[in-house]
Amino acid sequence: MGLWSYILRRLALMVLVLFGVTAITFVLTHVVPVNPVLALVGDRAPQELVDKVYRELGLDKPLWTQYGIYMENLLQGNLGTSIASQRPVAEDLARYLPATMELALAAMLVAIFLGVPAGIVSAVYHNRWPDHVARILALGGVSLPVFFVALVFLAVFYVKLGWMPGPGQLSSYVVPPPRITGMVVLDALLTAHWTAFWNGLHHLIMPASVLGWSSAGIIARMLRSSLLEVLHADYVRTARAKGLPERTVILGHALRNALIPTVTVIGLAFGGLLQGAVLTETIFAWPGIGRYATLSVTQIDVPAVLGVTLVAALIYSLVNLLVDISYAYLDPRIHYG
Amino acid sequence: MKTWRLTRRNTLAMAGILIISFFLVMALVGPSFAPYSPTQPNLDAILEPPSAQHLLGTDDTGMDILSRILWGSRIAFTSALTIVLVAGGIGTLVGLLAGWWGGIWDDILMRITDMFLAFPSLILAMAIAAILRPSLTNALIAISITYWPIYARLARSQVLSLKEREFVEAGRAAGQSSGRLLLRHVVPNALTPLMVQATLDMGAVLLIAAGLSFIGFGAQPPTPEWGRMVSDGRMYLQTQWWIATFPALAILLFVLGFNFLGDALRDIMDPRSRR
Repeated sequence: MGLWSYILRRLALMVLVLFGVTAITFVLTHVVPVNPVLALVGDRAPQELVDKVYRELGLDKPLWTQYGIYMENLLQGNLGTSIASQRPVAEDLARYLPATMELALAAMLVAIFLGVPAGIVSAVYHNRWPDHVARILALGGVSLPVFFVALVFLAVFYVKLGWMPGPGQLSSYVVPPPRITGMVVLDALLTAHWTAFWNGLHHLIMPASVLGWSSAGIIARMLRSSLLEVLHADYVRTARAKGLPERTVILGHALRNALIPTVTVIGLAFGGLLQGAVLTETIFAWPGIGRYATLSVTQIDVPAVLGVTLVAALIYSLVNLLVDISYAYLDPRIHYG
Repeated sequence: MKTWRLTRRNTLAMAGILIISFFLVMALVGPSFAPYSPTQPNLDAILEPPSAQHLLGTDDTGMDILSRILWGSRIAFTSALTIVLVAGGIGTLVGLLAGWWGGIWDDILMRITDMFLAFPSLILAMAIAAILRPSLTNALIAISITYWPIYARLARSQVLSLKEREFVEAGRAAGQSSGRLLLRHVVPNALTPLMVQATLDMGAVLLIAAGLSFIGFGAQPPTPEWGRMVSDGRMYLQTQWWIATFPALAILLFVLGFNFLGDALRDIMDPRSRR
């Protein structure tokens, strides 16, 4: 019961936060000194056309009325129509979001596979050379400009060596799998389209590694510091005194407890991944919402920008809620009241 | 100073201080040593590889990369410092007041903070930059607006724990005014973790600013901003690698310096990992 009322309270707060996010974005994008109509019809269009489109978009009404209309539509699941693509924004988002989720999840896997071992090595060999090497690699990952790494990877592994496929989700000669989740690799797996599966996976490797590396550093850093703390705890000493092998002590007893703060950081890192996706997707021509956001912002496509912002805030809030709930699973001492 | 003694013994911290000092000197006096103009095209020296004349080569308009990187270090330092000071200032103020006043004010201020925290900051920064027209200044404003919530949360948690401490209680019992208590007893004690966070963020915000410039929402050519320089050289990466690579290395080293120092400071301040 405690957990459920906690979740309900958090969801209510989340609605409040999302409401605020739309309000802020709405005000920001509607005090635009740039006329979005001109971006749509071109600056040589006759004045009557400009006025007509202006009224059609409802821009002649006061800001409050416009916001009211927007919220009313939003509550009915209508995010408006994209000025640039002329499709409903909700449809655009549904089309682009899966690609971003696929990229972010793959990057998260890369980050965990690199970050967790690095953190363990750092803590176990505290202040000895493996610790220094792991820390410098982790800090290097956090410090690298993602956009440059992406360019270098493309130049080396795609253009020069030809080991990796170029930008995009699939090679042009590969037939895309039927759309179930929208994530190409997963859909290919589910429908047993093996050519598309291997090709999609191959395309995923570079952008996911570029994006994941920066988050690996954050995970390694947190795991190191929390492992260092629990390695001195009484139950770890007890486990050692029982004569358990060091492996069991660290992986079985210490790691599970050290994971709790690390999970928060993984949640936060996921938010960071969505940010990094904007840059990575632009460079790798990945058809996700990051690239959609860049295009929408460039074209001052207000409904699309509002939609992307809302979805990104929603994902961030949901991930944070999941993180908090997972505490209860990882640490039975935590109760939600 | 115990902290300074620990810092001096810490290799990582000293490496960070060394790198930061290097860039600080470069930002202060580097431009006067720049062999060429950072913004003047030279059509006689287009795409020249690194040589005695042009130590780091030239770009596609014949501008000297070394001179541009030297001027760029001034831009990098002022950009990062501006964002950290503005965002840190706003955030600290919001967090201090929320924690100190408590009650309904705490709720209101922290819910606003949550909203900005949930915001996809790069997208917001892009939108703001696009609305105000892309420029370096607008990019800095945009990043500052999106970056303050971290400081608000940190400052609030500091105030909440300090509020109950004996020396604040004692001050209150002695009849000191609320404002005086906050300024004299709480703020000075809350500053250390905020400064560590600011050190770490110097690198992080430079990466965001460079990223914004890279995708065209920040510094405009011919400004010698490092992110923009990487973007200008991206077409030549195969053949004239030096155009994008040297500014990218400058970014990496700058960010690494602050991350080394920030990470070491966090370790030193954190009694758990001192053992």
